[in-house]
Amino acid sequence: MQRHLISAADLTRDDAVLILDTAEEMARVADRPIKKLPTLRGRTIVNLFFEDSTRTRISFEAAEKRLSADVINFTAKGSSVSKGESLKDTAQTLEAMGVDAVVIRHGASGAPYRLANSGWIDAAVINAGDGTHQHPTQALLDAFTMRRRLVGRDAGLGQDLAGRQITIVGDVLHSRVARSNVDLLHTLGAEVTLVAPPTLVPVGVETWPCEVSYDLDSTLAKTDAVMMLRVQRERMNAAFFPTEREYSRRYGLDGDRMARMPEHAIVMHPGPMVRGMEITAEVADSERCTVVEQVANGVSIRMAVLYLLLGGNEPALTHARPPVSHHHPSNERSAHTPSAAEEK
Amino acid sequence: MSKILIRGAKVLGGEPQDVLIDGSLIEAVGTGLSDEGAEVVEADGKVLLPGLVDLHTHLREPGREDSETVLTGTRAAASGGYTAVFAMANTFPVADTAGVVEQVYRLGQEHGYCDVQPIGAVTVGLEGKKLAELGAMHESAASVTVFSDDGKCVDDAVIMRRALEYVKAFGGVVAQHAQEPRLTEGAQMNEGIVSAELGLGGWPAVAEESIIARDVLLAEHVGSRVHICHLSTAGSVEIVRWAKSRGIDVTAEVTPHHLLLTDELVRSYNPVYKVNPPLRTERDVLALREALADGTIDIVATDHAPHPHEDKDCEWAAAAMGMVGLETALSVVQETMVDTGLLTWAGVAERMSFKPAEIGRATGHGRPVSAGEPANLTLVDTEYRGSVDPEGFASRSRNTPYEGRELPGRVTHTWLRGKATLVDGKLT
Ligand SMILES: [Zn+2]
Repeated sequence: MQRHLISAADLTRDDAVLILDTAEEMARVADRPIKKLPTLRGRTIVNLFFEDSTRTRISFEAAEKRLSADVINFTAKGSSVSKGESLKDTAQTLEAMGVDAVVIRHGASGAPYRLANSGWIDAAVINAGDGTHQHPTQALLDAFTMRRRLVGRDAGLGQDLAGRQITIVGDVLHSRVARSNVDLLHTLGAEVTLVAPPTLVPVGVETWPCEVSYDLDSTLAKTDAVMMLRVQRERMNAAFFPTEREYSRRYGLDGDRMARMPEHAIVMHPGPMVRGMEITAEVADSERCTVVEQVANGVSIRMAVLYLLLGGNEPALTHARPPVSHHHPSNERSAHTPSAAEEK
Repeated sequence: MSKILIRGAKVLGGEPQDVLIDGSLIEAVGTGLSDEGAEVVEADGKVLLPGLVDLHTHLREPGREDSETVLTGTRAAASGGYTAVFAMANTFPVADTAGVVEQVYRLGQEHGYCDVQPIGAVTVGLEGKKLAELGAMHESAASVTVFSDDGKCVDDAVIMRRALEYVKAFGGVVAQHAQEPRLTEGAQMNEGIVSAELGLGGWPAVAEESIIARDVLLAEHVGSRVHICHLSTAGSVEIVRWAKSRGIDVTAEVTPHHLLLTDELVRSYNPVYKVNPPLRTERDVLALREALADGTIDIVATDHAPHPHEDKDCEWAAAAMGMVGLETALSVVQETMVDTGLLTWAGVAERMSFKPAEIGRATGHGRPVSAGEPANLTLVDTEYRGSVDPEGFASRSRNTPYEGRELPGRVTHTWLRGKATLVDGKLT
């Protein structure tokens, strides 16, 4: 693994599988009465959020605290983003405080890359979402969710997603989630199809390791997982599509469309959902929808990433059995880790 | 003024000759010229060119003296072998009145490193709404003939048409920064494969090409000449080629950086590569070189755009657009055009001196290296190779995309009307 996690494209298949396997170990911590590991005791991690995202920040914070790290939350949204010095100045302030890792969320694509590569700081940098570029821990938690559901919690250990058909639907153009998922899922051997109106597919997509379709219905019958991306209503003001109604008619997932998917296929969403736009309430609330699981899995994935980047030499679980020999009831639905919201 | 004998210089890359300067003029060009009473400069096989002329420089004064002044910018120009630069109008205040252009012109004359020919704004405040007093700027001491809203496009077709027509009265030319504004809202880099991956807002080639297509047709319709700034795409080349074949009076420039660099460099998210128009693809770069070689693109212009360190030492989206270029232009042209066999040194003289002076009506510049002509000259050590060190720049700014890159050629001497502004690579 590299020192930083900036892009899902930087991960090899073995890196990614190791993260997913480690996340399974981390998930077991949640089954214990005391949900904490001493792994990162004495290490300081700052959550540097230039953009509002309570969900992602809470998820990282929960992961950091379960690993016993000291956590600093730094929210610098709004004005400071407009002028660039603030990123450098803020970074150097944190560096002076002796921070070991920076989890950064930024509205500008490439800001985490700059932070990691400009010589401003020495700390490890973890990208928690930058502009319309990347959101690698989201892709990892999505892959984790898919592996659990499609391969199995224990059967999945050491496995990738070879041959699985994944469909990602919606505003690909503005989506860091789509970019990260295309990269990671391809690395893990899955076959990805992006579905969107042509206005929401970037020029230059032809080199991405995926298929592109403008027709949702033709892809559903063979899909193992469909991921619905959030579509902001404002997009129609910039003529990306005519109306909300037309968008949901052509690209939204409703009960009828879901019924045409294979029995085992799951419905995913990175959240927050716009019900009535890209997804109907019926689908969002169905058993096949993994939104709540994705939130829980996010904590495990972020624990795994932090552990592998910062604590790599020590065993993750001092008293754990090796993961391969561990047998666990295979009912994935019951295998919840506490969701981020439950963590205090 | 004393005499200077430049001995054994390859004039425009030809056979070694001696060039004798007397006062502000070239007295003689030949072999075995007497050095009596003359200071001798041994050229030793270096190439002698007419003083370079840059039709597109941002000097930043008045208003942004933290990034460049007329003094530092003209010193940078002399270092790069230039004897005349055209200063863009996007200063604070904007050069849209006779007063501002005269101020910039006089500063250039006072400092004496390089003639400064101000460019006047086409519209008041570069706002694209109301014509600036083009005639007054032309009649001023600065005698402005080139007008441009550079940095912004004159996107209103009617304003562009009127400007093209109006400046005909005094032989002016409108230099268009071709950028359709609606197609480039939020644009951060060339729109294509790399922007799709990096998640940076795209600046599509069509935003440049559609404006160029419109403007050459407007120029044809009203019988005016039009100049296209920093042409950057293969498609733009085709449109200009078509326009010239039709007899439309269009000229075009390309920057050194568009001849060498591609959008692949943006993968570093290093804002030193952020520029407008953006770095394009390999295919565009090759088309631009070919077009410069065959004359479709008339000239090289630097678009020297100094910015203070803090405007580049930040994340990509927050960074300013632009690169300094005066001190590296000739080296980049040697690398991309001469060393590749696409251009001779005579061809370089044509595209970096004669033709830009002609487009901008810069009297006394872009003249042949022959007896009786003004002694505006540049001596280049074309055998030199070295890596670019921004710390050595005369410009106040350091935002070069070539830091550490090895480039050929080095200007050792520059003479402005017989007065040395650069000697052995050092400013006088
Ligand atoms: Zn421009």
